Amino acid sequence: MATAQPGTAAAPPVGTGPSGPDPDRWRRRATTFAFLAPAVLFLVVWLVYPTLQTIVRSFFGRSGSDFVGVDNYQALFTTDTLLKAIENNVLWVAVVPVLVTAIGLIFAVLTERVAWATAFKICVFMPMAISMFAAGVIWRVMDDQDPARGTVNAAIKVVKDAFSESGVLTTGQPSSALLTGSVASGFVLKRQVGPGQTALLGLTAIPPDGVPAGAQQAATPPVKPDGISGTVWRDFKPGGGVPGRVEPQETGLPGVTVALRDPGGGTVATTKTGPDGGFSFDEVKPGGYRVAIAKETFAAPYEGTAWLGSKLITPAVMIAYIWVWAGFAMVIIAAGLASLSREVLEAARMDGSSEWQVFRRVTVPMLAPILSVVFITMIINVLKVFDVVLAVAPGSSQDDANVIALAMWRTSFGGVNDFGLGSAIAVLLFILVIPALALNVRRFRRES
Amino acid sequence: MATTVPTASTVPARPKVIRDPADRPMARVMRVLRRGPVQLLLGVIALLWLVPTFGLLLTSLLPAELITEQGWWRGLSEPSVLTLENYRQLFANNDLTTALITTAEIAVGNTVLLVIVASLAGYAFAWLEFPGRDALFVVVVGLLVVPLQVALIPIFSLYDSTGLFDTVLGLILFHTAFGMPFGIFLLRNFFASIPKDILESARIDGASEARIFFSLMLPLGLPAIASLAIFQFLWTWNDLIVALTFGRDTQPITVAIFSQLRQFGSNIELIAPASFVSLAIPLLVFLAFQRYFVQGLLAGSVK
Repeated sequence: MATAQPGTAAAPPVGTGPSGPDPDRWRRRATTFAFLAPAVLFLVVWLVYPTLQTIVRSFFGRSGSDFVGVDNYQALFTTDTLLKAIENNVLWVAVVPVLVTAIGLIFAVLTERVAWATAFKICVFMPMAISMFAAGVIWRVMDDQDPARGTVNAAIKVVKDAFSESGVLTTGQPSSALLTGSVASGFVLKRQVGPGQTALLGLTAIPPDGVPAGAQQAATPPVKPDGISGTVWRDFKPGGGVPGRVEPQETGLPGVTVALRDPGGGTVATTKTGPDGGFSFDEVKPGGYRVAIAKETFAAPYEGTAWLGSKLITPAVMIAYIWVWAGFAMVIIAAGLASLSREVLEAARMDGSSEWQVFRRVTVPMLAPILSVVFITMIINVLKVFDVVLAVAPGSSQDDANVIALAMWRTSFGGVNDFGLGSAIAVLLFILVIPALALNVRRFRRES
Repeated sequence: MATTVPTASTVPARPKVIRDPADRPMARVMRVLRRGPVQLLLGVIALLWLVPTFGLLLTSLLPAELITEQGWWRGLSEPSVLTLENYRQLFANNDLTTALITTAEIAVGNTVLLVIVASLAGYAFAWLEFPGRDALFVVVVGLLVVPLQVALIPIFSLYDSTGLFDTVLGLILFHTAFGMPFGIFLLRNFFASIPKDILESARIDGASEARIFFSLMLPLGLPAIASLAIFQFLWTWNDLIVALTFGRDTQPITVAIFSQLRQFGSNIELIAPASFVSLAIPLLVFLAFQRYFVQGLLAGSVK
């Protein structure tokens, strides 16, 4: 940006200087006044006066007529929800500006290598145009806990299912004392079995709609001379029946993982039951074995991560925020990158430096001023974060997602309506941006 | 200030110092192949960045009874279920059209007001001599970062006692004031970069400051004014906190959606299309005037 020299650039036409009564001078003063007055009025009435008024107000109580000293500031650092807000804001400042700057840098450097850089930039920059609030709504829908609806959890479910199947049963109990164990560890038959014998693994406490699809009438297992066969079935029929015996109207449990273990507990083989609950291990070496329903049978399906719950809400809001601001960082850094001297980069490459070395030793140091501008801008932005929290966090987790700007609003207008404490929070926010303010002024002074 | 935004197309091609073996066709093919992973990575990232907005669009097109059961991808696997019914319902409801009009009034009104007032002041700071000019400008630079939370409570009381509470005018004035530091900063810097000779000769010809401002500065400053206008328009169109604080029945679209959001879960079929409408307009403005938007951004942060 060009910096004109104020004071030297504008040479007034004639009759400068404070010498003598000068009709022209008064006319010029009037002109200046006409140009400046509207802006000054806005700045004084809406920015300067309220700032001072807020500082004064922060020393008064809720009603505004009682001077309470620093009570509001004391409350600020002792009230749980406000402490949580400060703590969260510290986390925001520690995490988000670094991430946004780093992502912006990576994107900016990578886009230099592709022909469709402009299209990519538009994709990433686009969220900047929409409101933080709308972005928050978007992520609230994305973060829905039900994997059937929430995009994030749906993606996680796809990945999880690719690596491990969920079990066919959710619950169950042994139908008789022959079987021991639990849903968490699986069930094992107490009696050892050998080739030529059968194993009956009866389960109860399975609700009718918990029976896997395709289940048929359970069948008594056929005896195999050199193998072990058996049945896993729902050992219950209307009226009760006899526990431990396969009876009509009792259904097999298909898809159950059955493990054959040696007496030491090591798994020899596994198989799955058929539609009638039957399974068999063929060509088993002579000896005693234990037959077990493996715990995988009861592996719970993925229920979805509670992004909007109290534990993950702050990371969830941060993701939405980074999604919006990464484009800002990218565009600013890309502009800086484009203005870097190509010769220096090329020279480094010619010297045989790897791309990574060029990036680490040349690009990043040369970009340092721009990176710091982005970083500081992001710190200021993050201190003021408000809308996105309100949009992403449901009412139940807003206390956990609280940040200073939101706490200020909720304290002043969101039900509590304590203008004294609200003013104190606003003053805290103001104090926090003062370093940035000082930095801005210094940078400006240096340039002019 | 940067008058052209450096994009990929304006970046000078890397100078080829020596015609080395790397320029042979085979080597070129190899180079493209080596860049394959980068292309792929960027493709995935671009997709990741688009999915949330695209997902909201498809969600808004799902019939109400499906929204509670399934995500937007149902609209991909079975496009025939998509319907404009939600939008029809939305626009049949007067509240939304009222909210959209209110939003437009606020955004356009304050943008026009800001552009006028800030360019007057920007010109004064750049080209008029008056005592304390530099000190005053430093104050403006300082005010750039003042969080608007600082003003909420006193202005609330002020609006309450002057009848500006819950009026479009009150919101317009507040937004104009908080856009002022950036507006003055941006325009002053742009005006100051206009060559001195142009101004001098106009002054010698006897043109008044008002005349110079209107017939010289405004036309010349158009690119910067456009940047400011687009910035401010987007900023105020997207505002939530100011309207939430100083309005009750005067509801722009963000506030209208927010009050729906409080009973979230039952009415996504209303929130999704409303959100999409609320973001479609700034998105169009952004896509149409991208160049100015990015310029404003650069002028505001890169020096």
